[in-house]
Amino acid sequence: MAWFQRSKENIIDKTPREMPDGLWTKCPGCSELNYKRQLEENVYLCFSCGYHFRIGSTEYVSILLDEGSFVETNSIVRSADPLGFTDSKSYSSRLESGYKTITTADALLTGIGTMDARPVSFGCMNFNFIGGSMGAVVGEKFVRAARTAIERKMPLIIVSATGGARMQEAAYSLMQMAKTSAALAELSEAGLPYISVLTDPTTGGVSASYGMLGDVNIAEPGALIGFAGPRVIEQTIRRKLPAGFQRSEFVLEHGFLDRIVPRTALKTTIVKLLAWFK
Amino acid sequence: MASKFTLEFEKPIFELEKKIDEMRQLSVDSLDLTEEISVLEKKVEELRLSIYKNLTRWQRVQIARHPERPLTSDYIENIFTDFVELFGDRNVRDDPAIIGGMAQFNGESVMVIGHQKGRDTKGNIHRNFGMPHPEGYRKALRLVKLAEKFRKPVFTFIDTPGAFPGIEAEERGQAEAIARNLFSFSSLKVPIIVIIIGEGASGGAIGIAVGDRILMLENAWYSVISPESCSSILWRSWDYKETAAEALQLTAPDLKHQGIIDTIVPEPVGGAHRNPNEMFSILKDVLTVELNSLRKIAPEELVKQRREKFYSMGVYNEI
Repeated sequence: MAWFQRSKENIIDKTPREMPDGLWTKCPGCSELNYKRQLEENVYLCFSCGYHFRIGSTEYVSILLDEGSFVETNSIVRSADPLGFTDSKSYSSRLESGYKTITTADALLTGIGTMDARPVSFGCMNFNFIGGSMGAVVGEKFVRAARTAIERKMPLIIVSATGGARMQEAAYSLMQMAKTSAALAELSEAGLPYISVLTDPTTGGVSASYGMLGDVNIAEPGALIGFAGPRVIEQTIRRKLPAGFQRSEFVLEHGFLDRIVPRTALKTTIVKLLAWFK
Repeated sequence: MASKFTLEFEKPIFELEKKIDEMRQLSVDSLDLTEEISVLEKKVEELRLSIYKNLTRWQRVQIARHPERPLTSDYIENIFTDFVELFGDRNVRDDPAIIGGMAQFNGESVMVIGHQKGRDTKGNIHRNFGMPHPEGYRKALRLVKLAEKFRKPVFTFIDTPGAFPGIEAEERGQAEAIARNLFSFSSLKVPIIVIIIGEGASGGAIGIAVGDRILMLENAWYSVISPESCSSILWRSWDYKETAAEALQLTAPDLKHQGIIDTIVPEPVGGAHRNPNEMFSILKDVLTVELNSLRKIAPEELVKQRREKFYSMGVYNEI
């Protein structure tokens, strides 16, 4: 027992110091400053600690697919607001600003492309678009990507980054879990592989549907992967969660991931898998 | 008889019923109040009708959670015969929050599965308030595969506040268990009839709710999240549950309109708990009709139609 104990936490400035227009980005893992252009070349991994920065769907396209091979599909599918949902802001205004400032692909970008010259049906979620939430558009585009895979006899590769179902579409969004899983059953019957890549975070309705259904489930290191969010679990059981709970390493240890693959090796690993399936 | 539990909006009914009870006691002892009582009884019925005709969404959520509302076990006991409960997921343990087993329905062998809440505090602790762990979903999967092997139709009863958000549930793969069920139920080559009898919250509900016919009791609710949690996440306060219930449009008439359920099963006036026997008889008739219509469909066609049904759910624009 020490004579003196610190009763208060150290004073640490916890406000995220993101500098979107600046040249430097602070690592959320170790607080080290990373030079932006270099970060991009390093597939958005922190130079100091290897932290995997959250990135958007276009970044994954350039990391995973052969240069210039990607052709977007289903770009005309856009979210409606069937329930006229309004909380602090109206859903339609959230959509409008999302489409204007983030991406027209909604929370799932789909298309076809090649990986080491092997054609694939590819999809990637975008956490920046309403928390990467799955509404009717994500469900529909997922099903279409699976159909493309079946029609063209290609593997399906989906990169997930999502908080779960899109609450503003209520029961419709819940049904997307069944819809996407049914499409995977069809893909499976066609004898085609599905590789699920889980990135930070993949929780809720997506992890409980197509996220966990890969013939091979791959995760990036340190990604939050689970059904319920950690805050909900803490509130329910009224206990602090152990360190590392629901992180990739924890999920692998419990048997629900095939591999953890750092972003730098993601493409080469998937290419090896594709060669095996061939 | 007045109910033990009274919902806020039922108070006026409760008051009148109490008065009638009092008058009954009086009339036994001395004077004849039969006429007055019958006038009041008529008034109670009118009042009940008018209240139940104009329920708000939040009021329906409260009825769906009524402590006297029939539970999965009550429906099994009163609609089916020769129920033999089967336990366990053959891997980790048995989950009492989902029950299931073999039963006879109109003299035909069927499989029945459902979320099971408790009737009292002790029961609810045992049943984890109807919130399953992964083992519950895996037990359900084992039972539907068994049904498929022997070509028996499946009935699933939905009544859960959600899949349990806990440490062990995460460790044992809650997400994977639900996902696997969605995948497998969508390929099952026997008829599946789903009945939402109370609460249908989120992934915890849909984990056993992929089927050929989705029926919903008039006062049940079904959505991606409970009104309370929705309020806490989107409004950052627990106080907007009524607003959230309205916004989520989670009642049977809402979902029928959205094309998510096929049939609204009417409840006795005042809710299923007012007259459980009438409820069982209504539901049994509906189930008989639905099963007969599904029986005529070939297994491959059944699977195809079931998938198409879910593919068609959701509204989007193509610009």
